[in-house]
Amino acid sequence: MIQAFAFYLFAVLVIASGAFCILARNPVHSVLWLIVAFFNAAGLMVLVGAEFIAMLLVIVYVGAVAVLFLFVVMMLDIDFAELRAGFVRNFPLGIALALVLVSELVLGLGALKVGGLKLGASDGSAMTATGQSNIEAIGALLYSRYLFVFEASGMILLVAMIGAIVLTHRQRSDTRGQNISRQVARRPDEATRNERPEVGQGIQL
Amino acid sequence: MIGPSSIGIEHYIVVSSILFVLGVLGIFLNRKNVIIILMAIELILLAVNLNFVAFSAFLHDLTGQIFAMFVLTVAAGEAAIGLAILVIYFRRRGTIAVDDVNRMKG
Repeated sequence: MIQAFAFYLFAVLVIASGAFCILARNPVHSVLWLIVAFFNAAGLMVLVGAEFIAMLLVIVYVGAVAVLFLFVVMMLDIDFAELRAGFVRNFPLGIALALVLVSELVLGLGALKVGGLKLGASDGSAMTATGQSNIEAIGALLYSRYLFVFEASGMILLVAMIGAIVLTHRQRSDTRGQNISRQVARRPDEATRNERPEVGQGIQL
Repeated sequence: MIGPSSIGIEHYIVVSSILFVLGVLGIFLNRKNVIIILMAIELILLAVNLNFVAFSAFLHDLTGQIFAMFVLTVAAGEAAIGLAILVIYFRRRGTIAVDDVNRMKG
């Protein structure tokens, strides 16, 4: 009973927040709805026992990606009302496309209900062992069978990080940075001089 | 009342299908605002991940969860690069309207 209740709660919330995310007027609200969607999707994943992926979703998405989105949305000074201009014009096309996609998926589900395809069973090499926690099982599989794919995904993250830095870095010439070695190397006799001006005369700076 | 055993793989497929269609709809509705388009892509990838995890639990095969993790990795990299491109585009043009991004010729 509680499982069904939790499933329907998470499912309704994830769909509603996904809809609000694409319909919200303010992009900041969109990001916040996206965070709600990710939390509820993580809840759905916990329900089937995939707690590692669920926690990864919360940490990586809510902690990193959504904050990155929020940062960019707030940093750029954009007239969002102007960007909404095509919303009404695109509405019929978008709804039509969504209906086509939904009907295709409904067709697939109906075929599954009637009989479905008989695919072969899994070969059992990645079966979940009983008495082993989800994280333990994923770790054992990730560091043995999928080791090189795992390394490659680390490489993808490295390339993404370097790419983002290279793309957004710029050398600014209109700022005057602090040159510490010049400051330290400065002697009192080059910075000051003694003057003995005549009475009534000023000092040439 | 619905018992707990009635929640099956079909329920998960329906939820992730609706989420996927919402993502595609978001791309079509907000054709100008590239930030919302990136968020819609994240929604689509979330739907894919949900499908992977549901089938992984349904088939008692952990490969789906491993691949969901790789999808997550690629999604994070894609968001970082996409937002970086967005920032430099805004710096040059002062707007992020993507329906006239046809001047990127050298």
